[in-house]
Amino acid sequence: MEVVRLRVNGDERVCGVPSHYTLLETLRYGLGLTGSKQGCDKGDCGACTVIVDGRAVLSCITPVWEAEGKDVRTVEGLASGTVPHPVQDEFDLNGAAQCGFCTPGILCSSVALLDRNSSPTREEIRTALAGNLCRCTGYEKIYDAVEAAAERLGG
Amino acid sequence: MSGRGISSSPGMREVSHKARASSADARSPAAGVRAPAPSVPEAPPAVRPPSPNGPGGADGTRAELATIGRRMRKVDGFAKASGRARYTDDIQLAGMLHGKILRSPHPHARIVAIDTSRAAELPGVHAVVTGRDMPVTYGIIPWTPDEYPLCVDKVRYVGDGVAAVAAVDEDTAIAALDLIEVTYEELPAYLDPHEAIEAAAGPYIHAPRKPGHNGNITKVVELAFGDVEGGLADADLVVEGDYFFEGTTHTPIEPHCAIGLAEPNGKLTVWSATQVPHYLHRELARVLDVDPALVRVVQPPVGGAFGGKSEPFDLEFCVAKLAMMTGRPVKILYTREEVFYSHRGRHPFHMRYRTGATKEGMLTSVDADIVLDGGAYASFGLVTTYYSGQLLTAPYQMPAYRFHSTRAYTNKPACGPKRGHGSVQPRFAFEVQLDRIAEALAIDPIELRRRNFIGSDTRTVNDLRVTSNGFLECLEAVERASDWKRKFGRLPYGRGVGVAGSTYITGTNYPVYPNEMPQSGIQLQVDRSGRVAVFSGASEIGQGVDSMVTYIVAEELGVPLEHIRVLAGDTDFTPVDLGAYSSRVTFMLGNACIDAARRIKAMVQEAVAEEWGTKPRAVLLAGGLAVMAGDTGTAMPLREAFNLAEAKYGTLGATGSYNTPKDVHGSYRGATIGASPAYSFTAHVAEVEVDAETGFVTVEKIWIAHDCGRALNPVLVEGQMEGSAYMGFAEALMEEQIFKTADQGRAGLHNAPSLLDYRIPTSLDTPALESLIIESIDPEGPYGAKEAGEGPLHPSIPAIANAIYDAVGVRMNALPFSPPRVWRAIRAAGKGRAG
Repeated sequence: MEVVRLRVNGDERVCGVPSHYTLLETLRYGLGLTGSKQGCDKGDCGACTVIVDGRAVLSCITPVWEAEGKDVRTVEGLASGTVPHPVQDEFDLNGAAQCGFCTPGILCSSVALLDRNSSPTREEIRTALAGNLCRCTGYEKIYDAVEAAAERLGG
Repeated sequence: MSGRGISSSPGMREVSHKARASSADARSPAAGVRAPAPSVPEAPPAVRPPSPNGPGGADGTRAELATIGRRMRKVDGFAKASGRARYTDDIQLAGMLHGKILRSPHPHARIVAIDTSRAAELPGVHAVVTGRDMPVTYGIIPWTPDEYPLCVDKVRYVGDGVAAVAAVDEDTAIAALDLIEVTYEELPAYLDPHEAIEAAAGPYIHAPRKPGHNGNITKVVELAFGDVEGGLADADLVVEGDYFFEGTTHTPIEPHCAIGLAEPNGKLTVWSATQVPHYLHRELARVLDVDPALVRVVQPPVGGAFGGKSEPFDLEFCVAKLAMMTGRPVKILYTREEVFYSHRGRHPFHMRYRTGATKEGMLTSVDADIVLDGGAYASFGLVTTYYSGQLLTAPYQMPAYRFHSTRAYTNKPACGPKRGHGSVQPRFAFEVQLDRIAEALAIDPIELRRRNFIGSDTRTVNDLRVTSNGFLECLEAVERASDWKRKFGRLPYGRGVGVAGSTYITGTNYPVYPNEMPQSGIQLQVDRSGRVAVFSGASEIGQGVDSMVTYIVAEELGVPLEHIRVLAGDTDFTPVDLGAYSSRVTFMLGNACIDAARRIKAMVQEAVAEEWGTKPRAVLLAGGLAVMAGDTGTAMPLREAFNLAEAKYGTLGATGSYNTPKDVHGSYRGATIGASPAYSFTAHVAEVEVDAETGFVTVEKIWIAHDCGRALNPVLVEGQMEGSAYMGFAEALMEEQIFKTADQGRAGLHNAPSLLDYRIPTSLDTPALESLIIESIDPEGPYGAKEAGEGPLHPSIPAIANAIYDAVGVRMNALPFSPPRVWRAIRAAGKGRAG
């Protein structure tokens, strides 16, 4: 058991974890931030995607030590107070979340995309989400939601 | 067409998803602030004729529906978009132990001995169980119980569970598995269903049920209707073909997970990512010998299922047993590899079809021989074997039909129900047969399908009752949207379009265990604040059932959506619903919900009418108000109306239930399997680009037209249509649940038990999908609704196969249409660039 210090969603957090823990395990089982999901254990599905220093990162294959001193943003940190991030709201409006299990990761990939490209084309959205598997939607409604969010963000 | 006019074309409408721009209406005026209110519909809902049938048929007393049919948010949409939704693995209980299951490395072996002593002595290990601790067989179909929670004397596939441990943490549990010593005596393994069938003298995977029975055969079904041979003899054309549908698996993104908790008073609670809490409840009680009244199954939000969580699994029994032994909560979460081995997915089918037609293209007879590769256990296989034939008899009329299906056991993970259970495979073969007939007779493939349309309000050749049927409108919609007439047979070499149609059940007419009780129950409770609580036994697996009942309560009682709460999937508190399978929930639970809501509505109308000195039917409940018909000045908030009713009748609540009509099928043995209160219909057109040099097929687009009866919320229906078409596309081109032979390493080892190697499609692989909703307004569905979750998968695969033929002139008769297969087919046919 070792002590790890992380900045998660703006909060400075300290917790004890086994030394082999990943960022995902630390978030879920160390800090109780269960929004980020484990779907495959090995970086295939993208359900664990979080934003580290502005980049979408697979937290299930990121040793937690690599995230020390960096800014970690998870699905729990996307809203501003009581106001959802436009991507979250558009996911809801467009039916982009069915079972919702891939949704936290896709939201993080989408927010990371929109933060660097405020008016992505549909093709750019497809490419940015290529590391996030969704088994329910066929992706169409996810693209619709990201496009609508970009529009709302003034891109 | 329908004599009642219910499903006739004039009343039918096609709703294009292009109208989705209207979802912007759902936004609150202040951008970025979440608006709880539903959207304004893009068009007034069509007026429907009154229905003489069924509890939930289109309501003729209402000129317009206020909520149903609008584009609305889901009730759990924001919980899922914010990380707040708590799935099973998100639950952490104080003192919880972690469990792991030891799995067989052999495809077929006798268990000679298991020594768990070293594992039990490892510090941190709290309990170890083996099959001998739970020596009771179970099976989702009560007539075919053939598996144990953990194997007792034999293992039947690589991955079969043999022992389980509960330890202080996951690492210790994994270490403990290494200390369990199992002595096996290996047996010959069957990986091919034909070999298993031919080994009539054994050795058998399961003990023969009676002397002379081949223990490698799980089920044989042979049914014949009409003069099959005569119909083939009279045909102007008989097309024969052999087809192979490779197995595929569900791969929900959430792995299976379960938590057990046993209390000193004898209560046992199991949280599980299941889609059948009721069946799990029954089996836990029976297998573990616990009074069912002491067993509670809680189903948290499920992260995808698609049929893959529709029966009990080893982890549920193990967490319960380990919790009972330790007094501590125990959690087991499958690894992704374990999900692939737990399977219960699409059966590989070897199919041979003979299809006869007149020169006008009218079907005369259909004859099918099918071998199903069932894997190691029965699972739902009895039903699958029937479905392999029973569900082919619409949307086309066929005067004569025979099918002969044999399901074999093999030493691979058991197959079961995957989205479109048992009927996706024969549909592929049959729709390719139809394409071949159309080509041979020089009839447009859409026209051929139109000519054979079975109609509405009719019976199929195997005596299934068909009510509403919007298949012609589906064909028309995809023909128009895809620009079919300009494209079919006219695109340059390498580019092509293909069409296919299908039908699917809206729920099975009978539960898996025979009983006369309702298939679906619901309970509503009204609070003095005006809030309505819905207690629903149905399983929210992403399809939107919690939202569906909310829309119905809002429609019936006039309550705003945000005043409705749903508590679902908890066997301690919710009435029985049989589960999220067979596309049954909207139809059955929806009707139950209408039933309950109308009971409350009647009480509220009565109480308010008394107050106003008018007749109950003059009291309308809408928009959060009770209003006097014809006098909008006389109104009161719904809360007051509810309070009046509570004062008059006592605590305000009602139950509702739904059971199926019993006159919807024939009386022959097996006639009930495939029977459904209603059938959905679908047509797809797929457009493909085939690279003849590499065999690589790109599906550019799939147009999906689906008759869902009525779209209660079109956003959700489109989501089901697109998700289905995507999953069909994936099976057509990419996915294979296949296992290695001894020559390839170890017999029975999964070829690629990871999401990327198995190859589920990414966003870059998936084609553009366009949904075209067709509403036929079913006479017995809730507001006319039928299913949307499974039907729209079926035509993807044959439509793509037929499009490949249009593109490069080769028939793809075996799945998946991978580059090597397509390349070889093109070479074999001599249809290279010069062709």
